Amino acid sequence: MILEPTTLKRIVRSVLSTCPDEIGCDECFEQLDRFVELKLAGKNAAEAMPLVQDHLDRCPDCREEFEALLAVLRYMT
Amino acid sequence: MTEERSNQEWLDALRSPEPDEALAELRTLLVRGLRYALADRFNVTEDDLEDFAQNALLRILDNLHTFRGESRFTTWAHKIAVRVAFTELRRRRWQEVSLQDLIARYDDGDFTPAALTNHTAGPERRTTQRLMLETIQRIIAEELTERQRQAMTAVMMGGMPLEEVARRMGTNRNALYKLLHDARQHLKKRLLAEGLTPQEVLAAFEG
Ligand SMILES: [Zn+2]
Repeated sequence: MILEPTTLKRIVRSVLSTCPDEIGCDECFEQLDRFVELKLAGKNAAEAMPLVQDHLDRCPDCREEFEALLAVLRYMT
Repeated sequence: MTEERSNQEWLDALRSPEPDEALAELRTLLVRGLRYALADRFNVTEDDLEDFAQNALLRILDNLHTFRGESRFTTWAHKIAVRVAFTELRRRRWQEVSLQDLIARYDDGDFTPAALTNHTAGPERRTTQRLMLETIQRIIAEELTERQRQAMTAVMMGGMPLEEVARRMGTNRNALYKLLHDARQHLKKRLLAEGLTPQEVLAAFEG
């Protein structure tokens, strides 16, 4: 197994920050529209919906889609 | 004018016997949105945008009953379009890569961490690092199932999207996330039980 130091640190960090109450991709997706609107309204979305924020911090797929959706709404509204 | 439909008006129009005008409006909106979402992708054509929007439209109509009105209808619709587009783009981007090949790049059965080969750290520090890596390696080997190890390697080292790993492992993205979550839980418990604190491990590889 080839472990670069940066990869190793990333893995260790993500392992050690694991919480029992993380939500999955489906639940994140369900709440993403509300989360994005809070964000656009300048509200503290992370505080209002901490589990969504946590999932976005951990899941590259959901984060990518979140950023794209944010870009869409920034330009369209 | 599109922006002025209320959520209820969108739902009513799309469910009415003559939904064509609303459908056309929504499709136009989705194409515009996707153009922004995918602005930095050079390999996306206008035809792609139309296809993504059309597929999203079908998905939206199938799922109208699940819209809970917790956001604007159009935000919800864009969310679905983004999901449809990224799913397809990821599939294309990774279609030539097999899970076995990707994993083999990182997991060759041998354990010679790159961290130790070209490092300027002093001998004492290198010993600490080696011991720690061996512990982590052992824990990964002992604690995780084959599937968990494969998924973790593909996602965290190979950078493959969860969705693509899931497809290759005959599962879905949500279930794969749970599998990775369980893997992390196990590793965390063992790391802490071995007396390795987060600070210690991270500090050993700092700088
Ligand atoms: Zn996710």
